[in-house]
Amino acid sequence: MSAIAPPATADTAPPTPDYSEYKLVPARHPWRWVGTVVVAAGVAAIAWSLVTNPRWEWGVVAQWFTAQSVVNGLIETLKLTAISGVLGFVLGFILALMRLSASPLLVSVSWTFSWIFRSTPLLVQLLLWYNLGYLYEKISLGIPFTDVRFFEAQTTTLISQFAAAVLGLTLNQAAYSAEIIRGGILSVDQGQLEAASALGIPAWQRSTRIVLPQAMRAILPNAFNEIIGLVKGTSIVYVLAYSELFYTVQVIYNRTQQVLPLLLVATLWYVVITSVLSVFQYYIERHFSKGAVRNLPLTPLQKARKFFATHVAASPTKDAR
Amino acid sequence: MSIIAARKESTTTATPAAGTPAEAAAHVSAGTAPAAATRGQVDITNVRKSFGATEVLKGVTLSVPPGGVAVIVGPSGSGKSTLLRTINHLEKVDGGYITIDGELVGYEVRGNKLHELREKDILKQRTNIGMVFQSFNLFPHLTALENVIEAPIVAQKRSKTEARKRGLELLDRVGLKDRADAYPRQLSGGQQQRVAIARALALDPKILLFDEPTSALDPELVNEVLDVIRELATSGTTLIVVTHEMGFARDVADTVVFMDDGLIVESGKPQDIFANPREERTRSFFSKVIEPAFNI
Repeated sequence: MSAIAPPATADTAPPTPDYSEYKLVPARHPWRWVGTVVVAAGVAAIAWSLVTNPRWEWGVVAQWFTAQSVVNGLIETLKLTAISGVLGFVLGFILALMRLSASPLLVSVSWTFSWIFRSTPLLVQLLLWYNLGYLYEKISLGIPFTDVRFFEAQTTTLISQFAAAVLGLTLNQAAYSAEIIRGGILSVDQGQLEAASALGIPAWQRSTRIVLPQAMRAILPNAFNEIIGLVKGTSIVYVLAYSELFYTVQVIYNRTQQVLPLLLVATLWYVVITSVLSVFQYYIERHFSKGAVRNLPLTPLQKARKFFATHVAASPTKDAR
Repeated sequence: MSIIAARKESTTTATPAAGTPAEAAAHVSAGTAPAAATRGQVDITNVRKSFGATEVLKGVTLSVPPGGVAVIVGPSGSGKSTLLRTINHLEKVDGGYITIDGELVGYEVRGNKLHELREKDILKQRTNIGMVFQSFNLFPHLTALENVIEAPIVAQKRSKTEARKRGLELLDRVGLKDRADAYPRQLSGGQQQRVAIARALALDPKILLFDEPTSALDPELVNEVLDVIRELATSGTTLIVVTHEMGFARDVADTVVFMDDGLIVESGKPQDIFANPREERTRSFFSKVIEPAFNI
């Protein structure tokens, strides 16, 4: 009960007017409109300059965009990304498990690996792998501290440009992805593991069927960041004169002197790859959000279908009213 | 209440651990277990457990007969949940041992030593012991039905069709057949806990452990879960329940066990222990947790 006494004039107060016939008018946001106009003008100006400035040389861009040499470079880029991405995440997963294990040795080895590969520039790592032959003339596989050798080869024949590129990108990627995967695993509630082991579910299935699917929600956004970074990161292997996309356009513009249009060719391809990856990311994240949100949000396609179903069908009735 | 005549006296008695007062000897009756129950005998013998310097179980001895319903009550920090978790070896004991139908839990005898079992064998034992947690711990990325059939398929290698059929039966039993395809987050707390019970039942356990199954629920949802447990109590499965629901303990338990400070202070039939507690500690606890309106 409120301590305030009821107003003495309660019975004399005018009756509340009846508003039920009034129309509801939403608040206006004039500054939102101002902002929209300014930004739209800026976007239009940029687009106009891109189209009308002849120095962009769009004709040259179009000419080289699907040229055989550029496409070959693109394939090499995709190959490097796929191989070092997959190997990097597999190794990263193992490193993450090592880091979470109860063995102090495994923990410190995993920690040291991430520490070294995250603290040295990728450029240095790549050059180091490529010049490994200078440090170790031969690479052999055998029993340590004995003369038993199963396999032996010249380092320079074993480590090609491609091998050095994959090695450098993979190890570097593993160091970063180990941390991402570890973070994802830690984000899963301890009770989940407990419930799974109380149900007699074996350790491997506990990880793969219970923990990982839940950890994926935390892992995926960062993992895609890494993969997208890796796509463009592969351009750094031009230092090994490996003919991926970026090295290829460099070779071309050194010959033709059309520097900017050719850089644009490479850039546009990177944009295409990233866009495709983003679409994948959206659907994969959506898959793993099953059960984490009460109701899954509609996909853009479903949204569009719904929009047309309701708006296009509904508009005649709207006009009729 | 009928005491099964065939029961040996030794298995029905909780004997005090060395160093505990003799009058704390806890007597556990065979209770109202249906004569059909022949499996699910739990014997806890002088179990000790410490976390760091804190000794949370100071030598606990307790027997629950097949099909019996033991309800463990006591103040928080008294070791109730820890005791429950030692029964399926989620918590390793520091001393003492536990047997189920005479089989050691988590250990095997080699010479005159108890060696801890390999994880594979422990997991196999756990399929005989269902557990329901305070915080449900349903797998959020799986539907209600998938939660129930996960362990039968993965741990017991049953066929998917068979597991699904049995899973739907169990969901029906807890009144949730129509929510089989819902994800845990789409269910209320009470419904989630009922799915968790169905999940525990899916392995056909001899024993079901309930760790404060209603403590995380809104008051109006408590009864739907208790009703399911009440129904289970007559099914011949041995139930060991840690709870703060005194009314439930009075209605359903064969035996109420009162724990305090890592020890069983006393135990007995609910009507005896609630009406005439022998120990001062028991009396003082009940006087705090039982509302004045609740009198037997």
